[in-house]
Amino acid sequence: MSEALHFHFNVDGENFTSAGEASVQVKKKLRQLGMPPETIRCVSIAMYEGEINMVIHAGGGNADVYVNEDEIVIVLEDHGPGIPNVELAMQEGYSTAPETIRSLGFGAGMGLPNMKRYTDDMKIDTVIGTGTTITMKVYVK
Amino acid sequence: MKIREIARLLDAEVLCCKDHLDNEVYSACGSDMMSDVLAYVKDQAVLITGLTNPQVIRTAEMMDMVCIVFVRSKRPTEEMLRLAQEHGIVVMATPKRMYEACGTLYAAGLYRSED
Ligand SMILES: Nc1ncnc2c1ncn2[C@@H]1O[C@H](COP(=O)(O)OP(=O)(O)OP(=O)(O)O)[C@@H](O)[C@H]1O
Ligand SMILES: [Mg+2]
Repeated sequence: MSEALHFHFNVDGENFTSAGEASVQVKKKLRQLGMPPETIRCVSIAMYEGEINMVIHAGGGNADVYVNEDEIVIVLEDHGPGIPNVELAMQEGYSTAPETIRSLGFGAGMGLPNMKRYTDDMKIDTVIGTGTTITMKVYVK
Repeated sequence: MKIREIARLLDAEVLCCKDHLDNEVYSACGSDMMSDVLAYVKDQAVLITGLTNPQVIRTAEMMDMVCIVFVRSKRPTEEMLRLAQEHGIVVMATPKRMYEACGTLYAAGLYRSED
């Protein structure tokens, strides 16, 4: 199999306005590569939710996307506070977002469930006080 | 339903991508919470919202949505219109409130078709 294409992004934790720009870039690249529209949509939505989470909950981080022939792997790494209870965080409607974030349109508690729904595989590695790494895979159909 | 028809029904002012007014819309989603919108996948949908920040445009772009209606005469910023233009998303502003805007489109036959 040919080598994976790799895209790397720094996600700025100070700037809510620019949050999501990495996902927009990835969407553009996948289109240029001629990936199936459904695959592109799943990758973009999952990555966008993860990117927003890094900005609003973890002060930013790094996003890496690996494009293989048969699957796309998204790795989102931050050095934020970590997630104390992953099972709880995965529940629809659970959110610790403050009112300021809710007034910006986020904090419905749907992000992590969406990421799971739109991907074929999702793994959360989190350590309190150290950070969170989320790895998601979308198979190319 | 054509995007042009949505603008007419809602007395909306079209703010960008007027050249796409004859495109079809098959479903709609009304919300101020972006993750609620992202939970919902449908082709060629319109987003009805009272929220005005660039994430609204990015959310619509991620979902391949074709039109955004801002209710209560909320005005998007120049930066938002630039983003929408780049992605070919029609943006309009209606004086109607969320409830009335959604009800009007629903009554005119624009349903959220069940999955
Ligand atoms: N990268 C992260 N670092 C620390 N905590 C996180 C991270 N991502 C999610 N969380 C925690 O998990 C909760 C649930 O996340 P989720 O994305 O489902 O909802 P939300 O971000 O609060 O709202 P929404 O995504 O609907 O806008 C968050 O409120 C936050 O407490
Ligand atoms: Mg979230």
